[in-house]
Amino acid sequence: MNVHAIKAIYRFEMARTARTLMQSIASPVLSTSLYFVVFGAAIGSRIGEIDGVNYGAFIVPGLMMLMILSESISNASFGIYFPKFSGTIYEVLSAPISSVEIVIGYVGAAATKSIILGLLILATSRLFVSYEIAHPLLMASFLVLTALTFSLFGFILGIWADGFEKLQIVPMLVVMPLTFLGGSFYSIDMLPPVWQTITLFNPVVYLISGFRWSFFGSADVSLFMSIAMTLGFMVLCLVVIGIIFRTGYKLKT
Amino acid sequence: MVQTSDTVIAISGLTKTFASGVQALHGIDLDIRRGEIFALLGPNGAGKTTLISIVCGIVNPTSGTVRVNGHDIIREFRAARSSIGLVPQELSTDAFETVWATVNFSRGLFGKPRDHAYVERVLRDLSLWDKRDERIMALSGGMKRRLMIAKALSHEPGILFLDEPTAGVDVELRRDMWNLVRGLTDRGVTIILTTHYIEEAEEMADRVGVINHGELVVVDETSRLLERLGTKQLTLHLQQPLEAIPAELSGHGLELSADGLALTYTYDDRTDTGIAGLLRRLADHDIDFRSLQSRESSLEEIFVNLVRTNG
Repeated sequence: MNVHAIKAIYRFEMARTARTLMQSIASPVLSTSLYFVVFGAAIGSRIGEIDGVNYGAFIVPGLMMLMILSESISNASFGIYFPKFSGTIYEVLSAPISSVEIVIGYVGAAATKSIILGLLILATSRLFVSYEIAHPLLMASFLVLTALTFSLFGFILGIWADGFEKLQIVPMLVVMPLTFLGGSFYSIDMLPPVWQTITLFNPVVYLISGFRWSFFGSADVSLFMSIAMTLGFMVLCLVVIGIIFRTGYKLKT
Repeated sequence: MVQTSDTVIAISGLTKTFASGVQALHGIDLDIRRGEIFALLGPNGAGKTTLISIVCGIVNPTSGTVRVNGHDIIREFRAARSSIGLVPQELSTDAFETVWATVNFSRGLFGKPRDHAYVERVLRDLSLWDKRDERIMALSGGMKRRLMIAKALSHEPGILFLDEPTAGVDVELRRDMWNLVRGLTDRGVTIILTTHYIEEAEEMADRVGVINHGELVVVDETSRLLERLGTKQLTLHLQQPLEAIPAELSGHGLELSADGLALTYTYDDRTDTGIAGLLRRLADHDIDFRSLQSRESSLEEIFVNLVRTNG
């Protein structure tokens, strides 16, 4: 195991975050605060409680997931896309490191960033609403698992993308709608029956639901289902990455 | 091919066909000796970069094997790659990083623990020490090229690949670069450089491999190549123009210039040159000359001839 190489990539990626602190940290925190002002305070005060949980607190897990998903994807995809774009990828490809080590370095850094961000959002939301976390350990595991899974997904996206437009298109057109329709701001019970069924095909529903369960001890779908779906998606991403490195897809000619 | 202990890179039967169907390399066999400067010479698109990219692990070979210090570049890629430094042709850098950070990053990537003293020495050798805290985008083109070399040397490689090191580089920096390369070989580093400047190969290399259309046309020591393929010529500038070469001298393969004022004699250095006899005969025919000049054909001419006959 080339530990020095993993450290080098990880440090490099974390330094990039530090350089773009405003963009990486400040903007998600600001947008979360805006969500709380609009949904939590302005609209939430008219909604009252969902499943015995104050609406302001109810949206906390969903908002965290929303941010973790999109930040994991954008961090990891940009992290691997940019060296491809600038040509510096030659160095990583010619170094004595295995694909596993490359993934650990890039995905590890991207996941770290989004976990830090998730915790920041958790802290920020405390300024607006009060909540309690029923199962902190489970919450932390979900946080890490989701950050890792979607960083892996972002890594795949970054390798697949051959232009900045492609880099943006999946998060914009696929991930964002799935997250919004994934129950970040509402309980699935509130939807008409037909939509409830359709919603069950949205994988993000399981993520948010499981995460919410760790906060409040109640959720739309079973906890087991949530964990299984998340792990399943993670395995799928790992398989795709395995294939990418085996074939050299878009990395080596 | 017999591998001797001083073979540092052994390439055998290497081919590469790109997905587009273009065959970039046709069965390359080549041994690089430890400590030498080897120049891979060829026109643009000959396959130079493809060849070194395969050795460095950036391009997958279609068939054939490459061994670096006896380690297969695919099955034992860690051992093979950790002794190689690569300076690519393109100046690909992370614009926002500092010089110091990027060189340390390269070192880590190649599995070496931090060693600030060593990195400092590399930067000083390349006159980059004063620039260590600068962002890369603030560097001039020449400094960026030196930085690429610093990155390649950051992990103390025993083999250094330089892909077109002096393309688009001014004369002064080219001299610097050549001195640097010589300094590295003094320390025992094996250097493989690609170039399409014949002058560079002639000046620098112990051995030259000429590559064209993905095939190695010839590999030989630079001096031997010049000797083997080069011819020498003696040109006599005459006092009076000559209308034709006298019949008695026609056996010497002489050529007369259009104005009749210059006679050119082509000879082979390794056998009897026949110069003395020729001069005597010229005197017999009362052909006086003002001056004489001899020259060897340059690598450039050899190269053009090789590529022409091969292409």
